[in-house]
Amino acid sequence: MAFINYAAREINCKIVYYGPGLCGKTTNLQMIYQRTSPDARGKMISLATETERTLFFDFLPLALGDIRGFKTRFHLYTVPGQVFYDASRKLILKGVDGVVFVADSQEERLDANIESLENLKDNLEEQGYDLEKIPFVIQYNKRDLPNQSPLDELQELLNPDQVPEFEACALTGEGVFETLKAVAKQILIELKKGRR
Amino acid sequence: MLGYQSSLVMYDEEYQRIVEIADKLLRESNAKAVFLVDRNGQLIAATGETEHLDTTSLASLTAGNIAATGGLAKLIGEKEFSILFHEGEKDNIHISIVGGRVILVVIFDQRSSLGLVRLRVKKGSEDFDRTMEELDRKSAEEAGSGGPQNPFAEITDDDIDNLFR
Repeated sequence: MAFINYAAREINCKIVYYGPGLCGKTTNLQMIYQRTSPDARGKMISLATETERTLFFDFLPLALGDIRGFKTRFHLYTVPGQVFYDASRKLILKGVDGVVFVADSQEERLDANIESLENLKDNLEEQGYDLEKIPFVIQYNKRDLPNQSPLDELQELLNPDQVPEFEACALTGEGVFETLKAVAKQILIELKKGRR
Repeated sequence: MLGYQSSLVMYDEEYQRIVEIADKLLRESNAKAVFLVDRNGQLIAATGETEHLDTTSLASLTAGNIAATGGLAKLIGEKEFSILFHEGEKDNIHISIVGGRVILVVIFDQRSSLGLVRLRVKKGSEDFDRTMEELDRKSAEEAGSGGPQNPFAEITDDDIDNLFR
């Protein structure tokens, strides 16, 4: 649910990075933080455990620039990926404008990806959203690792609707901005349609 | 089921009204800062000593806080906890839910007291709630009549690409 502020001439949108534990959601945000100029980004907040596992969420505000005189801001959130944090994941999806699903390309994480994607659908439904109708992109992360599932297998299992998809290596930044750009673009196109 | 949900829209007139109410609350409660945040974590308005505060993060964490305690409330069979209070060594935060949809945050120190803040928040909340209701009415009317002009109706692919240069 975007927030259009005519008084401040601003538009604020919420993007949520979803995916199984250790798939690289936080790394995506860290990389965006590192590679964005300081005047375009706010502070990155990570509510994590002592072992740097996300406990509640990571948050990164980005101000990308102006469109037709409106400052365009995106608030990036990650969810905690570990299965038992489901209650927290549901909360973070509230008011979401677009979702990035970060899949872990490693063979042994295939089931975890599928489970997490199902969980995303269920949790969105609970909030009254339909994944097929909201801005949604998929990122196949960790494409640099040796033990990865073939791309066509991932596509078949995780992306039957053929939403925009990107191969990535979040640690080096490869594919990270392409993913963000694709979901941001979809969100702006939804706004253009005037569903506000 | 909904796909893309309707947005929260803020107009000049209501924004000014909200800032006035927030300023009044700030004065009357002797507080340091007053914020209004929507439940999804977007900052609606801020007033007072905000220059050294990261207001964006504050808004996001407040909403997360309200969401988490709301989850706790449901677990024990409560609808929600409408007031949260965090006490620090010097500064304190009073968080309350206004009209079930926006969050009012008051930051205060020893120049004020919890009792005074609670009292003033109660009065201020009614005013905020009325203004938010007016905003809802206006949004619904504007949406029905097609105006004001959707600032994004005319955007092009180039406009979007330019954001990422």
